Amino acid sequence: MIDNEMTWYMIALSAILVNNIVLIRFLALCSFFGVSNKIEVSLSMGMAVIFVMTLASAVSWAIWYFFLFPLKIEFLRTASFILVIATLVQLVEMYIKKTSPALYNALGIYLPLITTNCAVLGVAILIIDYKLGFLTSIIYTIGVAAGYTLSIVLFAGIRERIDMAPIPEILKGTPIIFITAGIMSLAFLGFTHLFGL
Amino acid sequence: MLSAIIGLGALGCIFGAMLSLASKKFHVQLDPREEALIGALPGTNCGACGFPGCQGMAKAVLKGEAPTNSCTAGGAEVTQRVSAIMGVEAVIKEKEIAVIMCKGGRKEAKDRFRYAGIHDCKAASMIAGGAKSCGYGCLGLATCETVCPYDAIKMDGNALPVVDEKKCTGCGICAANCPKFLIKMIREPNQIHIRCNSLDKGAVTRKNCSVGCIVCKKCEKACPVGAITIRDNLAVIDPFKCDNCRKCVASCPTDTIENYYSGEPRFASLIEKQLDESQSNAAA
Repeated sequence: MIDNEMTWYMIALSAILVNNIVLIRFLALCSFFGVSNKIEVSLSMGMAVIFVMTLASAVSWAIWYFFLFPLKIEFLRTASFILVIATLVQLVEMYIKKTSPALYNALGIYLPLITTNCAVLGVAILIIDYKLGFLTSIIYTIGVAAGYTLSIVLFAGIRERIDMAPIPEILKGTPIIFITAGIMSLAFLGFTHLFGL
Repeated sequence: MLSAIIGLGALGCIFGAMLSLASKKFHVQLDPREEALIGALPGTNCGACGFPGCQGMAKAVLKGEAPTNSCTAGGAEVTQRVSAIMGVEAVIKEKEIAVIMCKGGRKEAKDRFRYAGIHDCKAASMIAGGAKSCGYGCLGLATCETVCPYDAIKMDGNALPVVDEKKCTGCGICAANCPKFLIKMIREPNQIHIRCNSLDKGAVTRKNCSVGCIVCKKCEKACPVGAITIRDNLAVIDPFKCDNCRKCVASCPTDTIENYYSGEPRFASLIEKQLDESQSNAAA
């Protein structure tokens, strides 16, 4: 559980390790399996997620506290957050395409992929549920995105080795990947209650 | 209720306005040929060209990384349109059609064990190479039918895939997905096929399947143009020598060699048969 009284490094630690968004909360699994073939690719995906997630939760935080909450239409949270995230990603894509074609080509398909990433919406909803302040929300979001990056890069590293390893015929391909992800999740369960988090 | 409608509506309008403003402000001039190319391509995104979708191929053609005849699925027509947009001479590729190199269905080749797993050839072939008695034979679990983006492959009652030569565009996706590598892409003019892929010795093939190539070499002797050779216990036709004379078809004792596209398409007769069956079932 996160609250406003915690120090920033405890929040970050909780988001990165103890409540890792992929391995403990099981969000963002599609991109976790989809773009974890190579370490470099997964790293750039992680960077794109950090960027978009931080922007998205800052904007959804503002939408919630200055628009939905005063108007007493809290039940529209999911719909309006999806709207916010989709619009935001589109805007960012256009802006990058115009100002920095090099960055646009580097991010490539990942930017639109993030629009449909459930972790982005998940974090936006979590910061509302935890009733976090603006600064705390940003720290928490960066932590969650860093946790995503950490797990996907670790996973990509393991997958690169799996490609070389003599895997039994029936486990080749997707099965061994799922089993590996499960074992990684078990390993991350070891962080539970670390520092009383 | 009202505030909800107005609120979400306002949010949508604001975001829409922002996006349309941004699309004007951040408009990037694109090559007008790219749009024309995307319009000229089939738009099925089958991936047979090796690029991610039709847009991927359009980009590659613009950069000069792909020849204008890369779209196998579109055939001559698309090649001509793409070449016209790019202002180069159209080099038409010969059309290819998928041929299933196995005749051993449920009746001809028995199963070694009962397979009760996922209904997919790739999954089945991972378990001891599949249930079929012949290790090279068609597993009959319709993976090719599932992956065909043009709906050109249907399974018949004997658990063998049948290719509709009118719908087949030659994209080769079925060939890439067959775990037994039974589907070959063959030039359209070639109509005689040795429909067996077994590299077992003749006696072994005979035991496993009643229509397999038993390496009797009769077709090799019967061929007047020397197009048939025996390689690795299997007769193979050289598509560039074969002139469709059909002497090998008559000589084959196991009926392995056949005219795959003989007379009326087999596919049409299959659909008629299924229609008849469903009608008689309805009548009963």
